[in-house]
Amino acid sequence: MSHAGSRNWRTVAALLALSLLAIPLGLALGNIRVDYTLVTVAAGGAVLGIVCGVLGSFAVLRQQSLLGDALSHAALPGVALAFLLAGRELGWLLAGAGIASWLGVLLINTLVRRTRLKQDAAMGIVLAAFFALGITLLTYIQSRNDASQAGLDQFIFGQAASIRRQDVLLISVVGLAAFVVLIALWKEFKLITFDPSFAQANGFPLRLLDVLLSTLIVVAIVLGLQLAGVVLMVGLLIAPAVAARQWTQQLDQMLVLAGIFGGLAGAGGSILSGMQQGLPTGPLIIVVAVAIVALSIALAPERGLLWRHWRQRRDRQRFTAQQVLQDIHRHALQHGDPQYPAPGGMLVTLRGPLARPALRHLQREGLLNASAGDDWKLSERGLERSQAAARNQFLWDRYRQFGEDLGLPSLAVDPQQPIDRLLPADAIARLEALD
Amino acid sequence: MNQTPALHIEDLTVAFDSRPALWDVDLAVPEGVLMAIVGPNGAGKTTLIQAALDLIPRAAGTVRIFGEPVARARGLTGYVPQRGSVDWDFPTTVQDVVMMGLYGRLGWLRRPGADERQRTLQALEQIGIADLATRQISQLSGGQQQRTFLARALVQDARLYFMDEPFAAVDAITERAIVTLLQELRARGRTVVVVHHDLQSVPDYFDQVTLLNVEVIASGPTAEVYSEDNLRRTFGGRVAGIARLTEEAPP
Repeated sequence: MSHAGSRNWRTVAALLALSLLAIPLGLALGNIRVDYTLVTVAAGGAVLGIVCGVLGSFAVLRQQSLLGDALSHAALPGVALAFLLAGRELGWLLAGAGIASWLGVLLINTLVRRTRLKQDAAMGIVLAAFFALGITLLTYIQSRNDASQAGLDQFIFGQAASIRRQDVLLISVVGLAAFVVLIALWKEFKLITFDPSFAQANGFPLRLLDVLLSTLIVVAIVLGLQLAGVVLMVGLLIAPAVAARQWTQQLDQMLVLAGIFGGLAGAGGSILSGMQQGLPTGPLIIVVAVAIVALSIALAPERGLLWRHWRQRRDRQRFTAQQVLQDIHRHALQHGDPQYPAPGGMLVTLRGPLARPALRHLQREGLLNASAGDDWKLSERGLERSQAAARNQFLWDRYRQFGEDLGLPSLAVDPQQPIDRLLPADAIARLEALD
Repeated sequence: MNQTPALHIEDLTVAFDSRPALWDVDLAVPEGVLMAIVGPNGAGKTTLIQAALDLIPRAAGTVRIFGEPVARARGLTGYVPQRGSVDWDFPTTVQDVVMMGLYGRLGWLRRPGADERQRTLQALEQIGIADLATRQISQLSGGQQQRTFLARALVQDARLYFMDEPFAAVDAITERAIVTLLQELRARGRTVVVVHHDLQSVPDYFDQVTLLNVEVIASGPTAEVYSEDNLRRTFGGRVAGIARLTEEAPP
């Protein structure tokens, strides 16, 4: 499609390659022995991270970042109740988690619709209520001194060591199913995320789609509970999306990147926690994810801090150089001689300290000649450049005044652009012929 | 004039927290006119549009669009919400947003293809922003955002349009482009209902006007309805130079 679009896909591909390299490189640097357990744990973390990153992107774009937090905490009483009713069977525990979390979705939606509570307050209330219930039940279970409850508290902070191959398979299959739904309803989800009332006005069932999207997030949470735990699950949903948003301006690219970053964080964190007994997986996954966020905020093109700083600096220098060149030209014209020199001190007074580097820059470009001392005069090319700039400014002024009357194509006025490249030659001729 | 009106509202009441935002509104908009909805802040202008499109619940009343209930007339209506109602930092392009106007008729599971792209480009051209097609929406000026929304409504190819404050905070060039578009829509027999805030331009731009302040104060052809007396009853005499406004109304 567009030029910018394809450039961004190259960025996505480069980041994918980097992420794929990071894992073996980290293993080699850390001198970590690769065994079957480690591979299983890393694969589980990676698949989970991919699923969470992709699904979490919608939560971030809908400004519902904390929905994941509320829903993961809401899962805990479900886990505890399932244990009390059915015993320690992973399938039941996860089903309990899913049901409780999904009830959380309905409760939050109802509170927002039926009361005057704002969404953040509704999510806060649901989070606190469900989590309190969950902790109470869990404490009760632990007090029963029943040997089978051992490890139930891993759902709070996550524990990767216990993950088995069939768990990884389960995460993959369910995650894949969630992706199929996501792709099938891509345009609907995109529409309700960007402009829900327009979606509704076009007859889309907003409430149903809303619940469906939330359900997908519940699915991601349920899959991740074992690994990441209820407390930090939200980080795995949000962090990859936030990082991905820094690198791209397109929804599809954002989701792919969030998947890549999520996979990297999930695998990286799981491997770190697998290195030693007793290291909690959830926090380590989040540490890696947040590191990716920090790097993205610093380095990403366009939106990154470094990039913006560098661009601002470059723009300031470029603008100053243009202005200094104009100043010298104007000064020379006032003295009736295009080669008349301008004193450097005067230019610094006019344009500030950036005038010095600007003068050196213009000299390197061959636009200026330094004559004796601190005097500067235009070179042959400098004069041409100044005249072209003055003409450009003149044409823009005329365009702004008369462009509409002449029926010229409408342009965003930007005197930094050469107008004769934006308008056809006959339009330029008409602007010049005005009087 | 005994054809079915484009929009027919009867006894419409909408309440927020038991305070009515709209009270017993009756309104008929004939097909093929440009109608302004004018009234002070809090008069329920936006609420009226949202209720007519069934976006918010009604306490009472019925809405008919070309004689049909709203739910069965979705394909006949187009909508331009207020510009500030969406997050313009959403990661997408102008042509993507415009294409969203076609999602409704595409239906489930179908994706926009070459035909949809073609229509999108046509709408962008008609509204004068074809050069912005691949621009990120985060880089648009206010006027360009408004034109993007108008293009999105254009591709809906509706018979009845609702526009919420399309003239809010746009420059003179954009305003003229919007007026041209409204006139083109009328020439093609389309009906447009516009929430409008500039009392000065009402007689120039609109054939019909509804003066609203929770209740309908007056509704009908601008020349008959847009009087000093009615404006005073709508705005409570707080508008400086109300008399001057109506003097300029066409006979």
